[in-house]
Amino acid sequence: MKYEAVIGLEVHAQLLTESKIFCGCSTRFGRAPNANTCPVCAGFPGVLPVLNRRVIEFAIKVGLAAHSQIARSSVLARKNYFYPDLPKGYQISQYDQPICTGGFLEVEFDGSAKQVCLTRIHIEEDAGKNIHDARAGASLVDLNRAGVPLLEIVSEPDIRSPEEAGAYLRTLRTMLQYLGVCDGNMEEGSFRCDANVSVRLHGSAEMGTKIEIKNLNSFRAVERALGFEIERQSETLREGGRLIQETRLWDEQRQATRAMRSKESAHDYRYFPDPDLPPLAIDDEWIEAVRATLPELPAARKRRFISKYGLLDYEADLLTSRKDVADYFETALKIHANPKALSHWIVGDLFRVLKERRLDAELYIENWPVSPLQLGELVQLIDQQKISGKIAKTVFEAMLDTSQAPLQIVSQRGLEQVSDSGSLESAVEQVLAANSKQVEQFKAGNQKVYGFLVGQVMKVTQGKANPQKVNEILRAKLSS
Amino acid sequence: MKLAALTLHEASERLRRREISSVELTEAVFERIDATDDRVRAYLTLGRDAALAQARQADLRLRQHEGATPLLGIPFALKDNFLAAGLRTTCASKILGDFMSPYDSTAAARLRAAGAVIIGKTNLDEFAMGSSTENSAFYPTRNPWNPERIPGGSSGGSAAAVAADQCIAALGTDTGGSIRQPAACCGVVGLKPTYGRVSRYGIIAFASSMDQVGPLTKDVRDACLVLQALAGHDPADSTCAPHPVPDYAEALSLGAQGVRVGVPREYFISGMQPAVEQAVRRAIHELADRGAIVEDISLPHTEYAVAVYYVVATAEASSNLARYDGMRFGRRAEAEDLTETYMISRDEGFGAEVKRRIMLGTYALSAGYYDAYYLKAQRVRALIQKDFDEAFKRCDVILTPTAPTTAFKIGEKIQDPLQMYLSDIDTISINLAGLPALSLPCGFDEAGMPIGLQIIGRHFDESAVLRIAHAYEQATEWHFRKPVIATSK
Amino acid sequence: MKISRSDVERVAVLARLRLTESETVDMTAQLDAILTYMEKLNEIDTTNVEPFSLAADRPKVYREDTVTNKPDQDGLLANAPDRDGSFFKVPKIIE
Repeated sequence: MKYEAVIGLEVHAQLLTESKIFCGCSTRFGRAPNANTCPVCAGFPGVLPVLNRRVIEFAIKVGLAAHSQIARSSVLARKNYFYPDLPKGYQISQYDQPICTGGFLEVEFDGSAKQVCLTRIHIEEDAGKNIHDARAGASLVDLNRAGVPLLEIVSEPDIRSPEEAGAYLRTLRTMLQYLGVCDGNMEEGSFRCDANVSVRLHGSAEMGTKIEIKNLNSFRAVERALGFEIERQSETLREGGRLIQETRLWDEQRQATRAMRSKESAHDYRYFPDPDLPPLAIDDEWIEAVRATLPELPAARKRRFISKYGLLDYEADLLTSRKDVADYFETALKIHANPKALSHWIVGDLFRVLKERRLDAELYIENWPVSPLQLGELVQLIDQQKISGKIAKTVFEAMLDTSQAPLQIVSQRGLEQVSDSGSLESAVEQVLAANSKQVEQFKAGNQKVYGFLVGQVMKVTQGKANPQKVNEILRAKLSS
Repeated sequence: MKLAALTLHEASERLRRREISSVELTEAVFERIDATDDRVRAYLTLGRDAALAQARQADLRLRQHEGATPLLGIPFALKDNFLAAGLRTTCASKILGDFMSPYDSTAAARLRAAGAVIIGKTNLDEFAMGSSTENSAFYPTRNPWNPERIPGGSSGGSAAAVAADQCIAALGTDTGGSIRQPAACCGVVGLKPTYGRVSRYGIIAFASSMDQVGPLTKDVRDACLVLQALAGHDPADSTCAPHPVPDYAEALSLGAQGVRVGVPREYFISGMQPAVEQAVRRAIHELADRGAIVEDISLPHTEYAVAVYYVVATAEASSNLARYDGMRFGRRAEAEDLTETYMISRDEGFGAEVKRRIMLGTYALSAGYYDAYYLKAQRVRALIQKDFDEAFKRCDVILTPTAPTTAFKIGEKIQDPLQMYLSDIDTISINLAGLPALSLPCGFDEAGMPIGLQIIGRHFDESAVLRIAHAYEQATEWHFRKPVIATSK
Repeated sequence: MKISRSDVERVAVLARLRLTESETVDMTAQLDAILTYMEKLNEIDTTNVEPFSLAADRPKVYREDTVTNKPDQDGLLANAPDRDGSFFKVPKIIE
């Protein structure tokens, strides 16, 4: 019996606003406990919420990018339950009339593009953090995160495999980064995913028992958990067992899902429209104003990189997978228009260094060791034949360590390429004179020794000789 | 004349003429409280030192002729569901412990900005849930006209304090009649503004779509002056929208001539106390004599208002009261684990009426019942609002009794919650529709208990309400009558 | 019977109220009477009636995205039944 997986994903994305969704507290990460907290987000008696306009803008932005329907009237609702990290005893979220319905993401998967439809997108507030204090037998509550705005993006159960799920998540994350609404960091919790998965016999139209999986802290975890769960469900059914609708947790240590211990299921959230917040009114004017701020989206940018710059698919893919990288590339291009070369330097050397120095998660280009202007200058120097490709590597390393401009480094260290015939001729003659044995071998037909001779010229010129010129002169002298 | 017995506008006049000082006035009020509060029990907390300091500040401003607003130097009492920095807030409940708010409610802040002196916090039904102030976790307040009677609720403490001259004016809140009904019981003026006219920020929420802040005062002019200081947009309250604030005092000189008055037949039902009906009808004639055009109208869905209210208000309340959980403030019970802590803290901290309403509201929202109760009630509410919209096409104000009876005896209805709820019938629809309404005295019954006349206006038309109220008041002498309270001095 | 004792017990858990035995008995009777009274609402036909929403046609109130609050942990924790540094301390949460 062949089972097919039916997967839906729920993503919670923390929005990059300055202040929280319903109060003027900062959203900045890493502050002392309860420093970014006020009576409103701490659920004190008498407080009232006031909605941050930018949260609506961000939601509209995402809805437009995802081709969703933007609601003209949208309702905020209370989701009621008791938990110490939920100070009001309810979360302000959306239930009926969410801000966006429908829409889709174009996901590139297995060489083809597939549309994964969205059910809805809505806004809500985040909860605080509970920290377990084992020695005190108590828990500590920090409400800094309570009230940080979230966008919940729910997909239709259109996904059919763990790998597809991974592709969807990456596509979604990239889109949110491009829009500047979320930094998409799953490990830090600004991009969270819960999965719903069921299995059914191939060709069946009925849905199997839907099981929710939580505690997925990386894309890999999502893929692995889905793989595990699909297998577990299929096995259970094959053996004639029954599945119950439940929530399971992914256990990273054991690489397996397990049922939740507490009776967390059967929550009755008693949703009702929040009487403190009138329905949102979104008119065409607002939507168009937001539409005008949409940046070029990843898929379109990639297509343009291929057609305009003649890049290969995989290069364009790598350069556009993050907006800041794509921006970096195009900024460098402004200095010197050699897209192929710049692409190689970024995808090859720069990425390598970032990985080595663990900077690859850093979204703030100011923190990268080489600026786009400097990289552009470097390639320009190569193309102007002021330095050789090989010397350029040396210059690059120096740029990393000193943050100096390439031109400065080249002149300071005297790395300019030597191209004048006079000095090159004497260098070549010097080498030929000192290596008469190899000269004879070459004249006898040994081609390989040519490389050695070139190498010697490079040595004698400290690598600065212009390789093409050297070739010309050496060949000329050897053939005479 | 005893200073504490002055009205706000009288006191303000004298303060500006420097005939009296705010310190004198404030001290006079405290003396009056000391002399009478063991009989009345209107107050939960008094802040003498802070009040006198505020009074001294006010006197300084008065001496320097610095922007003498009408409220400058005037002693005010706040119902104890208003957060005020420096004074504990209990909401007449055990669950808040001795909560000291880190911030001021907007209403308190606006009073302070106008130079008012806040003298203390008055008693109420716990969490504003009740019509008699008997649900206070501390003690019931007594009606100054007769200590065996209720002062009304839930703003019973504020109403009694005003009637007993224990403050010059007070603030209360009104969710189902909680300013107007106590005002009627105690023979004072109580105004519930349009929903959204005055900020709710810093008021402990009961039913968010109905709660409104308003003044309890000795006469209509006073109510007008307080409303002027409180009304207007507050960026901290999303339901307090920008809507222009007129000069309310202008309405006071307009008189009743030509005002179309609607009298809804559904408010004159059997079961109403005859003396109440007589007094209210007499009042309506009085206004007709003064040129008002009286017309019979119908508000057909009135009989459903109590049911609607007790579904919607309790649903909202059940959610609003979830934050009283012993985690971040208030009383926390000792218990085995987290769930137990919640359950015991709340069970011990809340009184019976509050628990009943939380249960009712939770039930009405729970899975399987939301459509049948909450949604259904909100639809009927829309019909009730529509009744008023229709009526206001034909009249400018609507007149009714404030309550079907005068103040009943303490203990009389407390055992039967449903009976207690039904006594709100005359005030409740107004909260459902969000309209402004005022109660003022229009007579006394055979037992000497005050009778209240209710005047209802269109949304944001407090001016029409004040206009008619003032015209009636000035044609009568009810507002001069004061209860005699045996003093201990 | 509009509401049974087991309904009352279920709702009490949802509302985090630990009712005593006598409270449960009283509550069941009282809620039953009240809910029976609520039946009145079914006398009215509300098909095609939109639920009440007062503020729906009033100007909307939003905030600009600026940080206007300053840290005040002591102010926030002043009323806390229990604290640890600037954390609220609460009974242990069992996952």
